[in-house]
Amino acid sequence: MSTSTHHLSRREFIKLGSGSTVALILGINWTLAKGKDVEKAPTLFSPNAYLSISNNDSITVVMPRSEMGQKIYTALPMILAEELEADWNKIKVVQGDLNQIFGSQTTGGSASIRTQYDRLRRAGATAKTMLVQAAAQEWSINPNDCWAAEGFVYNKVNKQKLSYGSLVGIAASLPVPKDVVLKNPQEFRIIGKAYKSLDGLAKIDGSLKYGYDFKVPNMLTAVVARIPRYGNTLKDFDSSDALKIPGVKKVASISSGVAVIAEDTYSAIQGRKKLKLNWNSGPFDELDSKTISLRLHEALKQKGTILKQDGNVDAAKIASSQTWDLTFEVPYLDHAPQEPNNCTAYIHEGVCEVWAPTQSPGNAFWGAKLITGFKDEQIKIHTLRIGGGFGRRLQKDYVEDAVEVALHMDQPVKVVRMRSEDIKNGFYRPASVHQVSVGVDSDGIPTYWEHHISGPSNDSSSIFTGGAENLAYAIPNQKISYVMTDLPVPIGAWRSVGNTQTAYVNECVIDVIARRTKQDPVVLRKNLLKDHPRHLGVLNLAAKKANWGSELPENHARGVAVHYSFQSYVAIVAEVSKTLKGKIKVEKITAVIDCGTVINPDGVHAQVEGGVVMALTAALHGEITILDGQVKQSNFHNYPLLTMAEMPEISTHIVKSTEAPTGAGEPPVPPTTPALMNAIAALTGNRITKLPLKDQLN
Amino acid sequence: MSKISFTLNGQPKTLSIDDTTPLLWVIRDYFGLTGTKYSCGMGICGSCTVHINGQPKRSCRMTVSEVAGKDVLTIEGLGVKGLHPVQQAWVEEEVAQCGYCQSGQIMTAVALLNDVPDPTDEEIIQAMNGVLCRCGSYQRIRKAIHKAAEEVK
Repeated sequence: MSTSTHHLSRREFIKLGSGSTVALILGINWTLAKGKDVEKAPTLFSPNAYLSISNNDSITVVMPRSEMGQKIYTALPMILAEELEADWNKIKVVQGDLNQIFGSQTTGGSASIRTQYDRLRRAGATAKTMLVQAAAQEWSINPNDCWAAEGFVYNKVNKQKLSYGSLVGIAASLPVPKDVVLKNPQEFRIIGKAYKSLDGLAKIDGSLKYGYDFKVPNMLTAVVARIPRYGNTLKDFDSSDALKIPGVKKVASISSGVAVIAEDTYSAIQGRKKLKLNWNSGPFDELDSKTISLRLHEALKQKGTILKQDGNVDAAKIASSQTWDLTFEVPYLDHAPQEPNNCTAYIHEGVCEVWAPTQSPGNAFWGAKLITGFKDEQIKIHTLRIGGGFGRRLQKDYVEDAVEVALHMDQPVKVVRMRSEDIKNGFYRPASVHQVSVGVDSDGIPTYWEHHISGPSNDSSSIFTGGAENLAYAIPNQKISYVMTDLPVPIGAWRSVGNTQTAYVNECVIDVIARRTKQDPVVLRKNLLKDHPRHLGVLNLAAKKANWGSELPENHARGVAVHYSFQSYVAIVAEVSKTLKGKIKVEKITAVIDCGTVINPDGVHAQVEGGVVMALTAALHGEITILDGQVKQSNFHNYPLLTMAEMPEISTHIVKSTEAPTGAGEPPVPPTTPALMNAIAALTGNRITKLPLKDQLN
Repeated sequence: MSKISFTLNGQPKTLSIDDTTPLLWVIRDYFGLTGTKYSCGMGICGSCTVHINGQPKRSCRMTVSEVAGKDVLTIEGLGVKGLHPVQQAWVEEEVAQCGYCQSGQIMTAVALLNDVPDPTDEEIIQAMNGVLCRCGSYQRIRKAIHKAAEEVK
């Protein structure tokens, strides 16, 4: 572990000048400013960009990532408060806008805790060290005769105490130490405890503002009639009837369609309905899901690109006593967050100001730059609260819409999407087809593993192959390869990305081997995971908590799966039943996660529950289909979410660990689907090889 | 344009408006109460649920003219004299993840408890089934409703 402390260099300080207001106030390193025009003692102490302490004892923590339900709004400050020895009740959180000082601000890959842990600990420890030093100076004693706890520095000699707020003046005049001592994790008093969300009240009294609720004075609201078919362009439009709606101010064509800009949302919606639109047809007007599926299957005939090759698969296949060939297929999926996409933009005095509920303020920045052609310093990105992200808000399409609309107006404009546009204009989890060949020797021990994957073209194949090459099972001969096919349907990262597909395939195939060779699915996995203690840890605990092997009521069965993704390990045991009408019911999910050191256990539990639900929704119902060159689904009636009636009991367990913290948002998703499908296979004998389940068994 | 009067969170309101305007946009855009959320616009998801004369209704599917002379209660009007037991239970159970659907969940749960003070799981499912949560907070919602019911008793 490095001992250097990150504080603002002079160059970073200059960079900061063009950054956000928040960082300007909070990020100032007073030691740099010393000797300039600081005459009064400062009322804020801010040794780095992550925190400031005021002379009234309040502590402001800057959250450099986006909050969308994963509760980092609470977990990240917990890390800092731990090392700061802060009084938790004094903590306030502000959203950090886009600022280079924070490094990457993209929220994804279950990485917020993992990447910010060390930085936030150091930020907190640095401040604490300086406050202790300030108190020692005040008391004229050695800092070693002081200790800090709950927002005070205590004097070992005379038993006096000074609050952090009373020390900000002196602390701000001290040099920022280069090295600080971090706490021994055994002394943690905040990290590892279940803390209530700092924004918990705002979420239940209607006061929390999401992007859709955002408002600035003089703001207009717009909706965009987006080009409905892939590859089409706008031919012409007639806006005369739309402009007759009293609140409609302007109708303007932008790259993605035609925008109706109005004084309020409903006027914009009404105006949009009155638009007469004509589109130029394009090359994909006949495209449908059947064609896409055929093309993906056809592409498997190509050899493609090899991701991993160990041993000799062909020779092993010949030598095997039994072999199986299986093909799996998964559909496109939309993220469908509860809050539809939206963004507010205002172009004024040569500045493009953007307020976006985004997982990637950096990408929003590039979107704004692309549309306006402005210089870096002319673009300001403000990150807003997100009503569900799941990867969708990594994209910049909705930011570009807003910036382009704002170019037509002298007022700020919020561009909102209606649900149908949001579903139809997604960046979907890619559809893919997987061809797998596996074999065993006469003892039922797997001899080879061949996995050939066909998916849509993309900069990186990992969007549909991710996780395939990480097969942990001790199988000597392995070959993993992929092919890409050009398709016009936009794709993007969807909660756990390629792992949603590869875990389904890998864990179903292992189950097929277990069932066909009459081995217990948990035992076979354990035998093949001997060198993977953390896989074994979650698998063993899940089997124990789910009473694996114990008797079940009639028409009930269990299935298991284990998968590693985003540096975390998750095992799932699913229990399903069959109703008298033959319908599958998910009865219970037992989930075990190992995500290293846990910051807020309740947050981890919530993420596991949410991940399981998202996976079940997709496995049972989720499917985006294409018809006549456009997405067929339009709302929750034809893109259904799991309902409370379908909700199983979810029992989550966390493996105790002192390893570095990882993440919990994505890892529970991948193994849930195969655990469910393995339970269905155990119950019915049917191996589901095409998702979603829908009514395949009815 | 029509002149329409109704009570919003106990306050009498009158406005001149296109009477086909959905109540949702009136609440959000005219009165600035953004706790009531737009999500599906078709009455499928329940994020926009408010109470009309004490009954849970989807404000996206109701025109402003339909509430003339009636009492409209939004999340902002709930628990103004201290948290409602349902809100309290929501905080204790840490129900919300992103939180976007939770106003609708809470308004539906409050209406359920007004009708059925101690609901069974089946009654909870029946009342809450059409209120969607993409984050998957259903298990905690069910638990929080039971907890609130205990509190109300």
